[in-house]
Amino acid sequence: MFKILEKRELAPSIKLFVIEAPLVAKKAKPGQFVILRIKEGGERIPLTIADYDAQNGTVTIVFQEVGKTTRELGTLEAGDYIEDFVGPLGVPVEFPNHKKVLGIGGGLGIAPLYPKLKMLHQQGVEVVSIIGARTAEMLILEEEIKTVSNRMYVCTDDGSKGRHGFVTVVLKELLEQGEKFDEIIIIGPPILMKIGSEITKPYGIPTMVSLNPIMVDGTGMCGGCRVTVDGEIKFACVDGPAFDGHKVDFDELIKRLATYKEEEKISLEIFNKAHGCKLINKIEGADKDAVK
Amino acid sequence: MPLNRSKKKTPMPTQNPEVRRRNFSEVALGYSEEEAVSEAKRCLQCKKPGCVEGCPVQVQIPQFIKRIAERDFEGAIKIIKETNSLPAICGRVCPQEAQCEKNCVLGKVGEPVAIGRLERFAADWERTRGSHPPVIPKKLGKKVAIIGSGPAGLTCAGDLAKLGYDVTIFEALHKPGGVLVYGIPEFRLPKIIVEQEVKFIQQLGVEIKTNMVMGKVLTIDDLFEMGYEAVFISTGAGLPKFMGIPGENYLGVYSANEFLTRINLMKAYSFPNTDTPIKVGKKVAVIGGGNVAMDAARSALRMGADEVHIVYRRSEEEMPARKEEFENAKEESIIFDFLTNPVRIIGNENGWVKGIECIRMELGEPDASGRRRPVPITGSEFIMDVDTVIIAIGTGPNPLLTKTTEGLELTKHGYIAVDEEGRTSREGVWAGGDIVTGSATVILAMGAGKKAARSIHEYLQNKKWQQ
Repeated sequence: MFKILEKRELAPSIKLFVIEAPLVAKKAKPGQFVILRIKEGGERIPLTIADYDAQNGTVTIVFQEVGKTTRELGTLEAGDYIEDFVGPLGVPVEFPNHKKVLGIGGGLGIAPLYPKLKMLHQQGVEVVSIIGARTAEMLILEEEIKTVSNRMYVCTDDGSKGRHGFVTVVLKELLEQGEKFDEIIIIGPPILMKIGSEITKPYGIPTMVSLNPIMVDGTGMCGGCRVTVDGEIKFACVDGPAFDGHKVDFDELIKRLATYKEEEKISLEIFNKAHGCKLINKIEGADKDAVK
Repeated sequence: MPLNRSKKKTPMPTQNPEVRRRNFSEVALGYSEEEAVSEAKRCLQCKKPGCVEGCPVQVQIPQFIKRIAERDFEGAIKIIKETNSLPAICGRVCPQEAQCEKNCVLGKVGEPVAIGRLERFAADWERTRGSHPPVIPKKLGKKVAIIGSGPAGLTCAGDLAKLGYDVTIFEALHKPGGVLVYGIPEFRLPKIIVEQEVKFIQQLGVEIKTNMVMGKVLTIDDLFEMGYEAVFISTGAGLPKFMGIPGENYLGVYSANEFLTRINLMKAYSFPNTDTPIKVGKKVAVIGGGNVAMDAARSALRMGADEVHIVYRRSEEEMPARKEEFENAKEESIIFDFLTNPVRIIGNENGWVKGIECIRMELGEPDASGRRRPVPITGSEFIMDVDTVIIAIGTGPNPLLTKTTEGLELTKHGYIAVDEEGRTSREGVWAGGDIVTGSATVILAMGAGKKAARSIHEYLQNKKWQQ
């Protein structure tokens, strides 16, 4: 059992939990993820580690309430327990000799972007960041990203905050102006990572994306999270979740993410009925930003 | 006591195939006391029993069968448990026909004694009466870590606990049992039985820590620093293999591991009462001819498929699945397409499977495995319309732990290299089960766990590491 020490609402339907998990906190590195299961009968879902504190033995996760499990998770409060919390999983990211990196986070993707930029910032790397959301109130972790960035751009799809438009608009501008980066990190909905990678490709700048396919065990055992990278099958849980964005077959990933669309709907409807939810429309709207 | 001179085994009562193909309840129902006693009386009580030699954990077979014949069922289970901590499991899933029963003298003129069924009977007899809590031995004050709680890990843990060691099992999943809970379906091995056998191991004083992905959350070096003096690696089968043919990532294509894990461990058959879904279409093709392929096919049927095919590139004769499972599958109307090999999976515009292109095969000269090599027949390609494909062609080693452990020698295929006692190239570290042998059986893994336990005990007494 793993205790929720702190709960914060970052935006409507986006929540942050600080979880007591000393062993995971001790080994966690940027780029890694956890798998959790709320209770017996629950599903195992992967969530990227948004922050960790080895000394205090805590791991921070950020999630958006898009399906039954994340909605149910959102009903838990500080002091409550999660049955299973497994990690740190996946391969940590490394940036050995980088001088300047651009980090792009869209929607919930800002959360997994944060530990990577934080590490780069601590290594003395120049960090430029572009973060964006559908609308101002959905923008998360702005302060945190700001403190680890030398320069930050904010975008919203509806123009309610910062630049009006997608994060990729700013990305394009920076590259067209001739700004150079050793690497570009793009994390967000698959479509954003796809388009972003397409933009950076002609410039030949290494582009890292972090994939979040459907997983079960997270240890390589089931192969459900397989993605095609450079024409080869990779398991995101043990080979990733970070991959070269120029080599990922995003169209396949997007299709595979929809495998259980009908079942997810059934599950959510039953949950909402049981919990007398009046927010269904809002949640479905939020779905567009969801990584998962 | 009069012998039962029947040339045939006392038949095992089973659920009617027409009924059972749609439920997850156990197929084989087990002997009644009368049936067990009658079968036990077929045993000739050989002076030099071949059956014991055939058993990887050397169960004293004639002795326990004698007790059953004498209606001393408690005595029977006691004898079995001296060498086998998981008899209710072995009695169900061991390939007896290739082990103990293969060596039975009765087999020369008729059917061998149904040793597996009798073992199961004795274990179930005890289980339904509530077993005596085991006597907990005096503690030696030495800690042993076991990685993985499948059959190899549980057996090694049980044997070491009986000797007085403080044993901790580290399990990656949220439930102990390994392949016994995620892999083998309910209708072949009810999960309640696994739970009870695990409980027995815990009653011996073994601690099981779940949610521990070793190599990630803790390394083997960490374990030694934490005061463990020996480590047994029994992490199991690992990564599922795919065929490397086009279309394997279409929606509706599963590895057998994923398919079975969703059903067995995550209980997808209860969805939406449980939260993990699964998609099983109307027409399912399972690729492969082993026990896992049988399990996947029969599970697909129980999940509501109209038609389930097993597509196997060799013929019935070369099929590695247990005969009993093959017979069960046939009775349940699974269709076998022998000498058939998939060449590509075909998808629709949304990325869902709609068929597989297969090619007919014929048997050529024997290959490295000694089985006749299947050779494609040119021009024999055809398309099989299916909406679900399950790939059950085996697994490869999982590198999560081995990658983070220095000085651990691997074979060229990535499995852990061990000597005849299960010792790895690193002092204080043993390995056994599928991570050493590749996909094998529950009982072979148990045998490896047993061997390692003996070797660990020897090592911890004198701390001599000689290879």
